Amino acid sequence: MWIMTMNPDLRIVEHPFLDFKRGPKIKIYYQGKAIEAHEGETIGAALCAADISVFTRSFKYHRPRGMFCAIGKCSSCMMRVNGMPNIKTCITPAEDGMLVEPQNCYPSANEDIFNIMNRFSFALKPKVYYKMFLRPRMLSTFFLKIIRYLSGMGSFPTSTRQSKPSGVNESRETEIAVVGSGPAGLYAAFHAANQGSKVTLIDENNRVGGQLIKQTHKFFGSKEHYAGVRGIDIAKLFAEQVLNHKNIEVLLNSFVIGIYPDNILGIVQDNKFIKLRAKKVVISTGAYERTLIFENNDIPGVMGAGGVQTLMNVHGVKPGKEALMIGAGNVGLIVSYQLLQAGVNVKAVVEAAPKIGGYFVHAAKIRRSGVPILVSHSIKGVWGKNRVEGAKIVQLDEKWQYIPNTDEDVKCDLICVATGLRPTYELLYQAGAKMKLVPELGGHVPLRTKSMETTTRGIYIAGDACGIEEASTAMVAGRVAGISAALSLGYGDERTKELREKAIGELENMRSGPTGEKIRKGTKEVTFGD
Amino acid sequence: MVTDYEITGVIKSGDLVSSVPSKERFKKGPVAIIECPQEIPCDACVAACPGKFIFMEKIVTPPEIEMDKCTGCGLCAVKCPGLAIFIVDMRNSPEGKAWVSIPYEFLLVPEIGDVVKTLDREGKCLGPAKVVKVVQLGKEWKTTIVTIEVDENLAMEARYLR
Repeated sequence: MWIMTMNPDLRIVEHPFLDFKRGPKIKIYYQGKAIEAHEGETIGAALCAADISVFTRSFKYHRPRGMFCAIGKCSSCMMRVNGMPNIKTCITPAEDGMLVEPQNCYPSANEDIFNIMNRFSFALKPKVYYKMFLRPRMLSTFFLKIIRYLSGMGSFPTSTRQSKPSGVNESRETEIAVVGSGPAGLYAAFHAANQGSKVTLIDENNRVGGQLIKQTHKFFGSKEHYAGVRGIDIAKLFAEQVLNHKNIEVLLNSFVIGIYPDNILGIVQDNKFIKLRAKKVVISTGAYERTLIFENNDIPGVMGAGGVQTLMNVHGVKPGKEALMIGAGNVGLIVSYQLLQAGVNVKAVVEAAPKIGGYFVHAAKIRRSGVPILVSHSIKGVWGKNRVEGAKIVQLDEKWQYIPNTDEDVKCDLICVATGLRPTYELLYQAGAKMKLVPELGGHVPLRTKSMETTTRGIYIAGDACGIEEASTAMVAGRVAGISAALSLGYGDERTKELREKAIGELENMRSGPTGEKIRKGTKEVTFGD
Repeated sequence: MVTDYEITGVIKSGDLVSSVPSKERFKKGPVAIIECPQEIPCDACVAACPGKFIFMEKIVTPPEIEMDKCTGCGLCAVKCPGLAIFIVDMRNSPEGKAWVSIPYEFLLVPEIGDVVKTLDREGKCLGPAKVVKVVQLGKEWKTTIVTIEVDENLAMEARYLR
């Protein structure tokens, strides 16, 4: 019987080519129950490994919430940790004896009596609190108390912050600041530093590499861009080169919270504020995942493709047992293949367009493993109480409308949404760069010259932040941006200019052909000058 | 224009005419079959070929291979990020049989002598096949090449194993 009471462990023990090095075992406590974790693992990964789907509850309708993005971008996994509310558990490392509690629920996350609010959604329109519960006047303060108790994220901390913010605001100077250390940022920093300029590379994560660290597939491109090498290996290779470069200073766990005139960056790093004055800035902040609207698209078990990748390839935890992939672009196809490698059964890949969006070779890989790809299909909704238990898929006609009576139920516990990305543009807007909505590039992107400078002088861009593309093109764009920034500071010579021209030529070369048609069109719309 | 394989994700061996060697060529020795018809920006196979027998005009054009010169060494199959290159050998295999080498990236790598299920491009089972060779060329690429023995007429159909 003891086996029955043991927590199931969804950790991946064996993987075709990943080796998960786990630290010594520790224990964390979730709702009073001891859960096994490993040192260095995040709280979220430990909970997922113990098959806990509902981390917490949403604040208004008390709907179940679990892991979604796994990289600290959404607010789905925020929990009360050691008495501190709203801690993003997906990026917070677990510590021995940690008390992890759900928020906004009573008596437990799985059985929450306030879930009843969900039934009254028809009466609780936005701003309802300003109109209802005001009369009788005498009772309004009483109502207010109840509303305040029921709403809001979590409750006040009962413990004090262990590390207090330091009173001194550090002020630093650099020549080129590179924001984001994904493929584009790494290349920009490396090539700018090679020309002799002093570079500061800033990233919010605890290691460089951006999303490369979870790409277990071999990359496309040409030999100079590491074609045939796995993303994880490129990340390792480049991290070494950048971390050991004498001209590059790397700031990890650092969030750029603002960009101000004269290229001053506000950076928060472990409770301290750093003012960084840079002569030139390269913004390579990457992209966010888009989600899709369908019934119950917020319940645990619905995850972004990037979140799935992080959970299984970085933390080594299976995100589910049976998956349904939404989207047959390259991301959808690649992640489906990676799910199979991790030992997760992929039921089908659903694609709304009438043809497969990603490369044929990626599709062929999963097709011969027996996974069907359903084009002209979409997801209508999912069901399940506290976690996805199944999904309803439906066929679409040429006008992308549902065809009646073509509904089909698919039993699964993981919906992986791979419906594309959107550039991260916040810093660019703040910097005053002229932006344009270009659907071909994924969203709002800045206008830029061929040398990747935006309309704001001294601000350069590279990677997905300037349009959703492949990692290989991001690397080349990063090279262009890095060299351009260095050149504008007076570094380099004629040969450096040739190097840049060559890289620009390579970019055009990579975007030729039918798969690059959309990108070509989009880039043309936003390129100006020189 | 939307081609069939862009809808199904499955290429028919009929569509591959340009890169299917003749029967005589098959008998001469192992040869690489490249199933990469789409114009995508990648030239990993060109760089991988030790004899420079694979070529492409631009980075986006589909690769072409000089059948007569290909030695079937399999380096391109290991490097190909799309796992779209297979080696077919009818010289070393017994009469009426063919050896098909398949890039494999899953756990439970079979051992020589094991009998596995062989699958076609749609994942349909084609029957049992014997594993005759398991090679890992260069540990850093982490792609294993598994060679199975199938009937000669299945040489262009068997593309996966389980």
